[in-house]
Amino acid sequence: MNRKIASILIGATMALTGATAAGAGTLEDVKAKGFLQCGANGGNLIGFGATDEKGEWSGIDVDFCRAMASAIFNDPTKVKFTPLNAKERFTALQSGEVDVLSRNTTWTMSRDSSLGLQFVGVTYYDGQGFMVRKALGVSSALELSGAKVCTQTGTTTELNLADYFRSHNMPYEVVAFEKNEEVLQAYEAGRCDAYTTDASGLYAERLKLTNPDEHMILPEIISKEPLGPAVRQGDDKWFTLAKWTLFALLNAEELGLTKANIDEKKTSDNPEIKRFLGIEGNFGEPIGLPADWAYNVIKGVGNYGEIFDANIGPSTPLGIARGLNNLWSKGGIQYAPPIR
Amino acid sequence: MNAPSQTFVSDVIIPAQAPPRNSVGINGWMRKNLFSTPLNSIMTVILVVFIVWAVTPFIRFTLIDATWSGADRQVCLQSSGACWAYVKAYLPQFIYGRYPIGERWRVDLVFWILVIGMVPMLIPRAPFKRLNAIFLLGIFPVAAFILLTGGHYQFAGRLIPNSIMPPSPLRFAIEFGIVSAVILFFVGLFAWLSGRPIAGSGNVVGTILAGIAAVLALCSIDFGLVPVETANWGGLLVTLVVAITGMIASLPLGILLALGRRSEMPVVRLASTIFIEVWRGVPLITVLFMASVMLPLFLPDGVTFDKLLRALIGVALFNAAYMAETIRGGLQAIPRGQYEGAKALGLGYWQMMRMIILPQSLRIVIPGIVGSFISLFKDTTLVIIIGLYDFLGQIQASANDAKWASPVTGLTGYIFAAMVFWAFCFSMSRYAAFTERRLDRGRR
Repeated sequence: MNRKIASILIGATMALTGATAAGAGTLEDVKAKGFLQCGANGGNLIGFGATDEKGEWSGIDVDFCRAMASAIFNDPTKVKFTPLNAKERFTALQSGEVDVLSRNTTWTMSRDSSLGLQFVGVTYYDGQGFMVRKALGVSSALELSGAKVCTQTGTTTELNLADYFRSHNMPYEVVAFEKNEEVLQAYEAGRCDAYTTDASGLYAERLKLTNPDEHMILPEIISKEPLGPAVRQGDDKWFTLAKWTLFALLNAEELGLTKANIDEKKTSDNPEIKRFLGIEGNFGEPIGLPADWAYNVIKGVGNYGEIFDANIGPSTPLGIARGLNNLWSKGGIQYAPPIR
Repeated sequence: MNAPSQTFVSDVIIPAQAPPRNSVGINGWMRKNLFSTPLNSIMTVILVVFIVWAVTPFIRFTLIDATWSGADRQVCLQSSGACWAYVKAYLPQFIYGRYPIGERWRVDLVFWILVIGMVPMLIPRAPFKRLNAIFLLGIFPVAAFILLTGGHYQFAGRLIPNSIMPPSPLRFAIEFGIVSAVILFFVGLFAWLSGRPIAGSGNVVGTILAGIAAVLALCSIDFGLVPVETANWGGLLVTLVVAITGMIASLPLGILLALGRRSEMPVVRLASTIFIEVWRGVPLITVLFMASVMLPLFLPDGVTFDKLLRALIGVALFNAAYMAETIRGGLQAIPRGQYEGAKALGLGYWQMMRMIILPQSLRIVIPGIVGSFISLFKDTTLVIIIGLYDFLGQIQASANDAKWASPVTGLTGYIFAAMVFWAFCFSMSRYAAFTERRLDRGRR
């Protein structure tokens, strides 16, 4: 009731400010607008969603939006980014402010089931890890018995940490701080042996240390933080489109299709590649796209591996190894259903 | 024979002696101000030691050990001083946020128009104050709005169902006409019921409606400017937009609320009191949070309300409540005789307020108003909570950039932010002190 009254009141106000209401499906709206509105990380998370000093966006999450824009418009630049913070991101998606939320969001059941959104898939398998000094001579988290661990208060990292050490029967001591900067400072000052937070965060925080090379991230990942994009619930066509954009990125890597070689692969005899490129069959039509939609995606942004390497891979300052995020065929768990 | 006179009259003036050397110059000043008693001497020594101890590292960090130029984090990585190279590289973003680079001249233009409008306004001797005020409060906001957003708003209208008339600017114009007519009708009705001249109130409301129509018409003209969404505004631009809008909107609103709270009409008094107490009783951060997270959920699906606009309204109403209480303090300080004198002259309520009471009371509360403005200016940093990247938010976000991340990057950013905020707030405070002295001249 309240909601209705509020709607009417605000609706009346909107009449004067001249906002437009969404019409049919999201895809039609996006096509009519001529660009995709993408909710990205406004707080600059290196490698995932960040702007440089010129205001250029970059990151895995950002490239996913560009991939969607390529699929729809055959132009990766037809996307506008809305910088969002963690608190307002879901509201922004629900209220239609953005068409897709691609902002390092962890896929959890409660979010998937009760926030009016649907997770498209996983663009990056993250999880809580540990950073230690190389001088400590530790090569596995299991050797951290009795260690002092720095972390942020009131986050799930503290709980995960307790679970992990308890289940391995290791004593430990928590040194917790309110702000991230304080945690890092304490670690740098030697007040603790290890620093724990999400692995992607560890790589980013490492850059802020005086000698990043003197520190290493241990291989153990003690929690599941699958990060992925999400769309509004209730528009299945749009959901399918987003999902298959992600699958196209993964499939392309598996098929060896890259931004550079995709044109020459047009002559390939491989039936899978032919279907992918839209030479055989028309898989774009049911999702409202042209037959060569997947070709456009790869031509626009490259395959998943290329995106990974360009943003967070070993050659970037972050230097994150593929690990879990490798293809299933190469020891990771990234897996996409086939196009057929 | 007279004895020679014993009296001696000097016929030369003894030349003035230089004052004792230890009472003039630096020595004298120090003796008088720093070392006048043993206790003061000890205090001086302790304080000097403290200042040297506290300031030296700061100067070392910001000036001596600082890195002034470089291309990326490598230059700052090993340095123990501030990384000014990073501030230099990021300065445009600190100022404009993510405003498209090719369009930034529009922001500059707005800024210079503001400066041209403000400077003569702030200099007491400059002529044409009235025209200047009209320019600054009437023309400048519209010009700034069109320049910053790009204008060319497509009003489609909403009230008339699509089946009768498809959305178009014409439909909006018709709706606007209908709404205006209804408002004018009620104003006329009200005036008739209360026995006032209908033409008087009708003229005022009609002028306001015509003004709104003109502004809307201007905003719908296509000036060929690329539209820039407010989501891409940031940095000092957002800080100044929020602060200036908040200041300009909260002052008149606050005056009205203060008068309302002291009104003899119970409904007006109650309404003003409730408004003031509710807004003063809620933290600004809650207001912003409600505006950004709750409001969209109440809106019909697909209707979005500009985020910056939400913040502007929240900040303006919030500060109006504080302003009202500041101004009420001034109103209460005016002796009763002033009110009675004004009434004895036959002045009406508004005339009395405008010509006798408000000029005096506003002068009394200048320090209070400036205090509110300064805290408003600093409070703008809270808009980060709703995902608007103001000056401080932009600095915080940029410190994460992999290209510049280093142990000193974040610290440098905060120092820079503090310096800029201090410069703004200090100049406001100095100008207020100057105005105070000038207005106070008659009373001394």
